[in-house]
Amino acid sequence: MNNRFNIDNLNWDEVKASIYNKTALDVEQALSKDRRDLEDFKALISPAAEPYLEQMAQLSQGLTQKRFGKTLQMYIPLYLSNECQNICTYCGFSLDVKIPRKTLSDEEILEEVKVIKGLGYDHVLIVTGEANKTVGVEYFKNAIRLIKPYFSHIAIEVQPLEVDDYKELIDEGLNTVLVYQETYREEDYKKHHPKGRKSNFQYRLETHDRLGEAGIHKMGLGVLIGLEDWRVDSFFCAAHLNYLERKFWQTKYTVSFPRLRPCAGGIELKSVMTDRQLLQLICAYRIFNEEVELSLSTRESENFRNNVISLGITSISADSKTDPGGYANPNANLEQFEIDDNRPTSEFVKVIKEKGYDPVFKDWDPVLQ
Amino acid sequence: MSKLKVGNTEFTSRLFTGTGKFSSSLLMEEALLASGSELVTVALKRVDANDSSDDILSHLRHSHIQLLPNTSGVRTAKEAVFAAELAREAMETNLLKLEIHPDPKYLLPDPIETLNATEELAKRGFTVFPYIHADPVLCKRLEDAGTAAVMPLGSPIGSNKGVKTREFIEIIVEQSNVPVVVDAGIGAPSHAAEAMELGADAVLVNTAIAVSENPVQMAEAFKLAVEAGRMAYEAKLAKSSNKAEASSPLTSFLDA
Repeated sequence: MNNRFNIDNLNWDEVKASIYNKTALDVEQALSKDRRDLEDFKALISPAAEPYLEQMAQLSQGLTQKRFGKTLQMYIPLYLSNECQNICTYCGFSLDVKIPRKTLSDEEILEEVKVIKGLGYDHVLIVTGEANKTVGVEYFKNAIRLIKPYFSHIAIEVQPLEVDDYKELIDEGLNTVLVYQETYREEDYKKHHPKGRKSNFQYRLETHDRLGEAGIHKMGLGVLIGLEDWRVDSFFCAAHLNYLERKFWQTKYTVSFPRLRPCAGGIELKSVMTDRQLLQLICAYRIFNEEVELSLSTRESENFRNNVISLGITSISADSKTDPGGYANPNANLEQFEIDDNRPTSEFVKVIKEKGYDPVFKDWDPVLQ
Repeated sequence: MSKLKVGNTEFTSRLFTGTGKFSSSLLMEEALLASGSELVTVALKRVDANDSSDDILSHLRHSHIQLLPNTSGVRTAKEAVFAAELAREAMETNLLKLEIHPDPKYLLPDPIETLNATEELAKRGFTVFPYIHADPVLCKRLEDAGTAAVMPLGSPIGSNKGVKTREFIEIIVEQSNVPVVVDAGIGAPSHAAEAMELGADAVLVNTAIAVSENPVQMAEAFKLAVEAGRMAYEAKLAKSSNKAEASSPLTSFLDA
């Protein structure tokens, strides 16, 4: 399989113009169809769709309930290392950021697992920076082997790997891999990722093909909202999803919405996305693709999270720590980013139930692969 | 109304139900009780069978309810057989809803893997309920393989679109030597009644009840619809016609 995803036939500026030229009529047509295509997705994320947000939210809610029921999948991130050889202008783990670096030992990993299990979680997301020598395939294999007895579903969000690496991790019990392209704007990608293996745009872009070839059960996509125009980047991501669904038809897909916030000392954002726009994007994805899982992290505020859980999101984290070792021995100096919603799991679960949803902790089983 | 027998098990209710998508396990329990259902399918992946306080299982402990573990999540016959053995051990039943849908988007069943798994599971003593397309030939092949029932879909799972496969369900009912359970796509009580009037032996409903504004009332509505449809089938429907019967205009010359 040498034909992998590329964006040679998509021109950033043309796509942008096409999105911004969508009209109210395009939006209404997209809303009234039974099946939507990528042109409809453009209309739904366009400025022309902004006055239709309430209608989009209602449609998105109904479609999500039909497919996923009144349930919400709960997961929690487990940061194992903040070592990183990449320079990424927006990231707290970037090589040039002066923070203490830490990679968890077996003992420390199990201490974290103990705390997480105490909170009730059964789906876990392993996160690391990119440090191939100390935190490479062997480290991941060992970590998965260690934690496997405690979880029904294991996901990772780490550096892109080779097909054979993924196969080895799948054999150890890996279920899901999340890799975000960050931005699909090739000409600016290097500005955001000036140094390290991550600066290779095409290698990262082909990661999902490698995952598909390795036979992964579920893969996640996303863009880092704020790096470039979020509408154009989201369209590229939706096109990527469309391509993957056709090629790897036995794979499940999930999309995440990491959103950069304007902050002191941080990079200047090209595209600041409002809460209204994030909701528009979530609803647009749901209306475009009724089956894709949509995930939200604790980067978002309490108020936003409380309300979007019934409007299209299907999996959500809570109580998260982004510093390695943070559950058993919190150390804010090691964090990747500061989370916004700090509520304990029990409190958030209460909100979910009050909204008429069932927080689901287990929806996979080690017997499945 | 006659009783339904699948394998060695008899059922008074012809409404089978699912346990997914409810807003809470308590509401699920109330709805299932209102439905009168005696066979309730449970995804192996959703429960922790080793935990006696498992939230779903602890709400299904009623003497009239039998569990029908399902293999949702498996992609091949091999995985299905493995999952089935675990389900049998964990839920202490030979009944098994065989679901092999390698396509996670529309959850459409794989006929080849399903047939292979049915053959193996029947040999191992399972009472197999395979979820399949409304394919009459596949149904006959499954009978040969030792299936206890067939579960053709009405329309894609969770779609609530009703019995779109009507023409094929009719053929399956006509030809089948095992109970026919219309599964998937039944979105309204009228759809359930339609399937029963066609002669289906039972229907399986989940989404339409679970996602309703009032699942308990909707469960009862389905109970009544399934009963009405079955009674109508057993009473034999009168033939329908759009035209009044003409008084022999073509053959009256014979009487002259």
